[in-house]
Amino acid sequence: MNRLGGLVAPLALVASLLAAWEIACRITGVPEYLLPAPSAVGAALAANGAILAVSAWRTLEMALEALIVASLFGGALALTVTLSRTLDQAIRPLAVALQVTPVVAIAPLFVIWAGVDHPERAIVALAAIVAFFPIFSGAVRGLTSADPDLERLFDLYGARPLQRLFRLRLPSALPFIVEGHKVASGLAIIGAVVAEFVAGSGGAQGLAWRILEAGNRLQTAKMFAAIVTLALMAAVVHLLFQTLERRALSWWRGR
Amino acid sequence: MTAPVAALSDVEVDYPGRGRALGPFDLTLAQGEIVALVGPSGCGKSTVLRLLAGLEAPTRGIVRRVAARGETAVVFQAPTLAPWLSAAANVTLPLELAGVARPEARLRAREALRRVGLADAARARPAQLSGGMAMRASLARALVTHPKLLLLDEPFAALDEITRRALADDLLKIWSESRPAIVFVTHNVEEAVYMAGRVVVMTSGPGRSAGETVVDAPLPRPLAFRTTAMFRSAAEAISNRLADSMRRPA
Repeated sequence: MNRLGGLVAPLALVASLLAAWEIACRITGVPEYLLPAPSAVGAALAANGAILAVSAWRTLEMALEALIVASLFGGALALTVTLSRTLDQAIRPLAVALQVTPVVAIAPLFVIWAGVDHPERAIVALAAIVAFFPIFSGAVRGLTSADPDLERLFDLYGARPLQRLFRLRLPSALPFIVEGHKVASGLAIIGAVVAEFVAGSGGAQGLAWRILEAGNRLQTAKMFAAIVTLALMAAVVHLLFQTLERRALSWWRGR
Repeated sequence: MTAPVAALSDVEVDYPGRGRALGPFDLTLAQGEIVALVGPSGCGKSTVLRLLAGLEAPTRGIVRRVAARGETAVVFQAPTLAPWLSAAANVTLPLELAGVARPEARLRAREALRRVGLADAARARPAQLSGGMAMRASLARALVTHPKLLLLDEPFAALDEITRRALADDLLKIWSESRPAIVFVTHNVEEAVYMAGRVVVMTSGPGRSAGETVVDAPLPRPLAFRTTAMFRSAAEAISNRLADSMRRPA
């Protein structure tokens, strides 16, 4: 019953908002290039479904590539940082600097470096930078959060560094690492979209380009359709990672 | 008297910024002896255990340990089990770290779980165990290496009275099978008298011995020991010593 309510309530809200929007558009006669009615957006979705799906797939592809890159670098760097205090002190400020610099500011640089022919490389790199930090900081926190008494136990039995890493610190870090990836997955999509906007080129053929393109042509209904596609895609990715997190945590906790 | 398993001579421990935490303090442990440390919070009881375990070095003084690595085991106040491992895998861990071959390690883990009465819970995860069962698994993990010296830091503090009595009896039964030297920290005077051959009362600020009481009855003791005159007089002596040490200005 509760579960059903959890599904019905938001759907009902969305439906009534859409209905109000549709009615308002029809009554006021606002031009479609300013605010298209939901029915017009639906028509645009249907008409451009194939091309939007391809673009969504391109954006998703770039975001996932970025996530993998961020995961490899973030994980490796977190490991390095937890191994030595000096390395931690050296690396930490750089990681933070990377985190606080807006991606839009450094995007033009990456677009230049990647070259006109390969905007997708700049997009993946920029999205990876955005996704890097939550993975890095989650892994660092996880790797240093093992139960101190368990650490003592490993001292007591003379555990070797690799045994400590694989039998204690990495398993202890698992919940933090998974959570970092969940947050990073959303950021990677945002990063990919923002980077494609800044690149301003159709070369990558992602969803951001579809939005830009439709905007330039005042095809507002198509713009909305692209935004809806983007939101749906991001929601699906979020749901996937949330499920993954729940499964991983329940395995980890043993219940 | 047999050769000591471990000895602290004139040890002092200073913590930077917090001053003297312990000492001067002396303690000699004979083989197979059970010693209880009783005292107020912050009197350095846990520090004594860490010194005996070799997890900490004294600022001054000498720590002698006969027990080699792997022959000393510690049971903490919380069960301290890895939640991602089954009870059996948790118990196997010390052997694995020592490089014992897996089949043998499994066999010994099963034996240790049987000794603490957890044979049926080998596959359960810590989250599926009750507080008492988790503590038993923790005890099995300590026993799996057949330690000569077993250190327990308020092992039963978080358990209800019935569970803690049952665990105390089981611990004594296990002790009588392999006779490791045991040092355990407790706040509970009755528990100390029931289980220990010697009860050391400690005072705080810095942690020192306020004297010890020998409980001269063979171990393990029957339940009825709790009602004997010897039990009552020992408990009274320890309580008085505790009260005295608390009254003294720190």
